[in-house]
Amino acid sequence: MFEILRKSLRTGIVTTSYPETPVEISRFARGRPEIDWHKWEDARPATAACPTGAISFQDTGERRITRLDLAKCTFCGLCAEADKAIRMTNVCECAARRRDDLVTEASYSLKPDGRHERLVSTPDSRKSHLNKTASLEPGSLDVLGRKIKTQVDSVLGRSLHIREVDAGSCNGCEIEIVGLNSPVYDLERFGIHFVASPRHADMLLVTGPVTRNMEMALRKTYDAMPAPRLVVAVGACGCSGGIFGQNYATVGGVDAVLPVNVYIPGCPPNPYALLHGILVAIGRLSPAPKPSHPAV
Amino acid sequence: MNDLPNVTGIVAEVQERFSDRLDAVRVCRRDEIYFDAKMDLVAGFSGHLYKKWGARLVSVFADDVRDQENVFHLYYVYALDAARAFFILRVPVPPDKPEFTSLTNAIPAANWQEREIQDLFGLKLIGHPNPSRCALHDDWPDVHPLRKDFDLHTQLPPFQGERHKFREVEGEGVFQVPVGPVHAGIIEPGHFRFSVAGEPVLYLQLRLFYTHKGTEKLFENLPVTHGVRLAESISGDSSFAHATAFCHAIERAAGVEAPPRARALRTLCLELERIYNHIGDIGAIATDVGFMVANMHALRLKERVLRVNEQLTGNRLLRGMACLGGVRFDWDGAQIKALENLTAELGPEFDSLVELIENSSSTRDRLEDAGILKPEVARDLGVVGIAGRASGFDHDLRRDFPHAAYDRVKFRVPVYQEGDVEHRMQVRIDEVRESLSIIQQLLANLPGGAVRVEIGELPAGRTALGYVEGWRGEIYHWIRTAPGNRLARCKVKDPSLQNWPALSEAILGNIVPDFPVVNKSFNLSYSGTDR
Repeated sequence: MFEILRKSLRTGIVTTSYPETPVEISRFARGRPEIDWHKWEDARPATAACPTGAISFQDTGERRITRLDLAKCTFCGLCAEADKAIRMTNVCECAARRRDDLVTEASYSLKPDGRHERLVSTPDSRKSHLNKTASLEPGSLDVLGRKIKTQVDSVLGRSLHIREVDAGSCNGCEIEIVGLNSPVYDLERFGIHFVASPRHADMLLVTGPVTRNMEMALRKTYDAMPAPRLVVAVGACGCSGGIFGQNYATVGGVDAVLPVNVYIPGCPPNPYALLHGILVAIGRLSPAPKPSHPAV
Repeated sequence: MNDLPNVTGIVAEVQERFSDRLDAVRVCRRDEIYFDAKMDLVAGFSGHLYKKWGARLVSVFADDVRDQENVFHLYYVYALDAARAFFILRVPVPPDKPEFTSLTNAIPAANWQEREIQDLFGLKLIGHPNPSRCALHDDWPDVHPLRKDFDLHTQLPPFQGERHKFREVEGEGVFQVPVGPVHAGIIEPGHFRFSVAGEPVLYLQLRLFYTHKGTEKLFENLPVTHGVRLAESISGDSSFAHATAFCHAIERAAGVEAPPRARALRTLCLELERIYNHIGDIGAIATDVGFMVANMHALRLKERVLRVNEQLTGNRLLRGMACLGGVRFDWDGAQIKALENLTAELGPEFDSLVELIENSSSTRDRLEDAGILKPEVARDLGVVGIAGRASGFDHDLRRDFPHAAYDRVKFRVPVYQEGDVEHRMQVRIDEVRESLSIIQQLLANLPGGAVRVEIGELPAGRTALGYVEGWRGEIYHWIRTAPGNRLARCKVKDPSLQNWPALSEAILGNIVPDFPVVNKSFNLSYSGTDR
């Protein structure tokens, strides 16, 4: 007993003070990729290099719509190897409240050889403009949604119980989720605990892809939770199905089965990214700013 | 490597023994020899290799080549330490009579693998003691996903079949305790059905494959370079080991070998994977008997390793590092220094953690004699890896079939006979110390040069077996190549598939509250099993 205490005292405090201090992450770490949209000459090499379809394009005549989907991205960095206009950052806090917020689109006019001539538009900027207009109208969905969210935050924002469900993951996300209980990240300092039963839980933390064999178990777990309840999709597979996508054995991301409140990209998301996403879900942190678009 | 056993002699002996019944013998690589025969030879061939040459059946799988040869092929892979080679028996199964004879009664290790073939290829098992479904749950329609005429993206109708029926254990006071698939802890999904009388477990039925993701089928739909990334997602805690086994298979098919520096870096990554998992498991075993403080220290040490992993490979689970023909990133002086510092600091820290657990008599009380897997049962079931070595299984591919740079380092393979939780933990403790030594030996003498060679266009129609001793046990990837840098088949064999049935044996007579710690002491991969 004395030895145990002595060892603990000698070890001292190892807990990070995140989010008061920024994440401590190696400069070699691969986080969110960044595309230099203006200098991007050709979407094809990066699309071919991407194993999950996170980078994709669609050609219609002389127009090309390109797409970077962080929900599918495993941060492997193969796109950056294939294309100089793409750079891997070590940014890991990428959680978003809506699936769409993880998608960046831009369109280009094309040269005859299929390379990009120039950036024509960033459809995303139009979309966010529409949202802004809608939110001005009282009684609109957005206003209602915000009202409910404030209520949920006030109920769940201070202390939270989480039930984790592996709906088909490779166990990579679980390794990092277990890490949240380590003294280094210490989730309990926020008043947040993992619980054994969905009946005690306010939040369902789900890793995926949701397999055909787990779909029913996932639904039943959700149904067993008392309202109000939150669902957080973890990892590339949980956010979108990842490299597995949809096939005979998987139904895709968590939102194919349950309404999702927050998406945490990564493969797997590291404990900082998980903390960030969980704190975003209960309104204690803001979602990651959307990757900025260049003005056309 | 001048003490290589005489493979030719052993091949000649086998050839002579079965002369008229072997259709062909092909030496594909020095350690990979294929024998063609008919179904009726399988039992005799296995028996001969087992008795005469001390072989072990390490994988059984099927392949659909109806498009080219109008047959299914069954493959039986035997590891022969005596020859330091894998003997692979291939037998045809005609599509008009899609059935095969079970080996399970003679070699129980074949049990689940044969049932998986029955599910995924629709080849009917003859003479199997329990030929029920395993990979596809009972409520799936009658489909066979690994047949070539089944499309990966097939949308199957909603659940409609019969729910699974568990075997009843009858008697006064006997109850069934169902657990899972969603567990109380943060672990993967699986269903355990205990039959108990009071506290002791009389019978444990496992129901897995909840995380079946169509991985093997998906390999056939991806270019090989993307296959490496998929291999990383077979079992998250063995990302690097699985990806490396996959790369080994492709490199062998292409006839290319990774350069010495790449092999050394691969070995270092494999050992880092072993260390972080072993430390995590040691902490988790302590938690499951209520010694949380040890787990907190273990998690702190594991976090240190994960951060060095990130510094070395850009990812905490070593993802993105593996690639065909070597590794993706070379390490500069600062990175190597970080690894040196880690091993220097981890040694004493780990000793102190072990001491903490060893000095806790209440912890050791719970670990000793819990969940005993007897060596003879382990041998019959073909239990491999750490669980095997705690039950007298003296095999380790790193020593017996040196791959990567394991021929350049000296290490001890810990083997115990007791087979209880304590010794499964002891194997891990010993292995962490050996791994630290392996890392130091390699760093002291790290080869220079390139870390990657080009694979070029992969020749079609080649077969190859890639293998790696992962932290959990031996991992095999067998591939058959197709035109256009693609695969016609990729069979993934995780050690867990072989080890799960052993858990049912080890838990017998133990009390239900000891199940978590017994299960954790095996720490088998659900995703690696289910794929």
